Amino acid sequence: MKVRKFDSAAERRNFIDRDSSKVLLSFFTSGMIWLLIGSTLAIIASFKLHLPNFLGDISWLTFGRVRPLHLNTMVYGWASMTGAGVALWLLTRTLRIVIPIQKTILTGLVIWNIGLTIGSFQILGGYSRGMEWLEIPFSSAILMVVGLVPLLIASLTMLGNRASKHLYISVYYIIAAFVWIFALLLVAYVPDFDTTVQGGMNWWYAHNALGLWFTPICLAAAYYLIPKVTGRPIYSYSLSLLGFWTLALFYNWNGFHHLIGGPVPTWATTISIAASVMMIIPVVTVAVNHHLTVVGVFKRVINSPTLRFVVFGAMSYTFVSLQGSLQALRNVNEVIHFTHYVIAHAHIGMYAFVTMVLFGSMYYIMPRITGNEWQSKSRIKWHFWLSAVGIILYIVALQIGGIWQGFLMNDPDIPFLEIVEKMKPFLESRSVAAILLTTGHIIFAYSYFKIIKRDSSEKSKIVTQNFGD
Amino acid sequence: MGNNLVLIFGAVALFISSMVGLVYVPQILADKELVTEQYVPSNIKKGHKIYVREGCVYCHTQQVRPKGFGADFERGWGVASLPEDYKGLTPHVLGTMRTGPDLANIGKRQPSRDWHYTHLFAPESVSPGSIMPPFPWLFEVVDENRITNRKEVNLPGDFSIQGKKVIPTEEAEYLVDYLLSLNQVRTEE
Repeated sequence: MKVRKFDSAAERRNFIDRDSSKVLLSFFTSGMIWLLIGSTLAIIASFKLHLPNFLGDISWLTFGRVRPLHLNTMVYGWASMTGAGVALWLLTRTLRIVIPIQKTILTGLVIWNIGLTIGSFQILGGYSRGMEWLEIPFSSAILMVVGLVPLLIASLTMLGNRASKHLYISVYYIIAAFVWIFALLLVAYVPDFDTTVQGGMNWWYAHNALGLWFTPICLAAAYYLIPKVTGRPIYSYSLSLLGFWTLALFYNWNGFHHLIGGPVPTWATTISIAASVMMIIPVVTVAVNHHLTVVGVFKRVINSPTLRFVVFGAMSYTFVSLQGSLQALRNVNEVIHFTHYVIAHAHIGMYAFVTMVLFGSMYYIMPRITGNEWQSKSRIKWHFWLSAVGIILYIVALQIGGIWQGFLMNDPDIPFLEIVEKMKPFLESRSVAAILLTTGHIIFAYSYFKIIKRDSSEKSKIVTQNFGD
Repeated sequence: MGNNLVLIFGAVALFISSMVGLVYVPQILADKELVTEQYVPSNIKKGHKIYVREGCVYCHTQQVRPKGFGADFERGWGVASLPEDYKGLTPHVLGTMRTGPDLANIGKRQPSRDWHYTHLFAPESVSPGSIMPPFPWLFEVVDENRITNRKEVNLPGDFSIQGKKVIPTEEAEYLVDYLLSLNQVRTEE
């Protein structure tokens, strides 16, 4: 190990940020392109649910193929690639070390992108593996797993060679996330299971992909960025460790709450319901830390583009998790299971929490690794408000509609087609939300490509500072 | 260094616990005789593949909840699903969304082959207001005078095509074979 001496912490940070910029920009740019692809697919899928004949003659654009591809591009493209970039950056900061094996990581990312591209065509072409969150066939998924190997090696190497004595809480979450996603994919792709056991494995995997991959990365980001930007320490450090270990203990037992009442062992669903309720412990500890750290400095939150997004995300995490514990209860599940409510719940997790935290993180990281500033304050505002209003409209429409749908379905006297009819206005609202969100993404993409192309000699280093970052 | 190891081993151990508990234990406890020893004709296997390919699972479940939990039974969707209902076919098609109705006993509820063809070609022709997409690529539209082996699809007035007739392809046949096979045959309740 070469040890480099720096005159100041700021000098060290600048050196590390510049050193990691190529790797991180590759991850962010990949993620950004998948975000735009995923948004387009979202709009197509959403419109098809109230205009079933829209693009109805094209087999590869049927709802049953576009909808899973929307999920896969967003999950394995946008959120995973951007998330991996954010995670690597957080490790460089918290462990005070540069990213090792950069060429291998970049090769891995190329292989991952190739795998996801082939997988996308396979899904559209009708070669889906057929399980939610696991549609990408083995032949291309293996490429994505190969792409993750260098990340796992790099993160463990960074942990082993760290220059910081103390392990900040974000490190726990990130190291665990890299280990978990790798293990999850192995279990999901290698063995063969009986039909209903496979159903259980499917939801164990899908729930864990959110809980053991995206959630830890985004919590790590919030744990780093909230104190950093507000300039206040985390409310309670020992609570944060309790939060991590209880998440590790309970979250991975949650998956079977997706199959309550289904043909799986009742004891397994019961364990999952119990574990879902136990999730209140890690969620409340994280909530205490995230929310109490910003109490009293809320003006700072509003002024900082990073904190606007990250705090929105952190609040959504508390909300979505408590909602999740509640809806795992059998009598609540009896109503909301199989309805649009759950789709909205998933979007609070993947969008209002994960995606918003990733946006916020990128607003913080990009100026530091490019040496440029965000050029337009109003574009950031538009991005925030389109995302925030879009996702709130999405959630309100589908959760109200979904609860109503659940009660209607549990009343056998109401014909099914009447329920379909009653749901149409809610599905149309979702399309409006999809357009708002996508517009926000396009604005963000524009800002993003501007900041990476910009010559650092230009002068207006004002925007980020004005916002308080 | 101690912290590093606690972190890594802790994360791995907790992961393995739920992997074993929720995935491998159910696999070990599964009744092999019930799920693997069923003979499934190849047309039904092919139909299941088409069901998967077209993503039917994103709007239709095949898991009936027990009587008293929801109104699945009262709606005539059948009795509580059992592992053997799925004939050992993978991928599983349990589904988690009911944009459309459950299909676990669709073969019993709607035994007409002709209805299924019409419904797959033009859902709204038999289910007014339905938001199910059409699947025209499972059909051939040919000149009405052409002689074909397969029976043409019945299309009510507005949905018929002037001077043409609609013939199901082999794939449509397999898919409908599969749908008709979903009938929850049970020796006992």
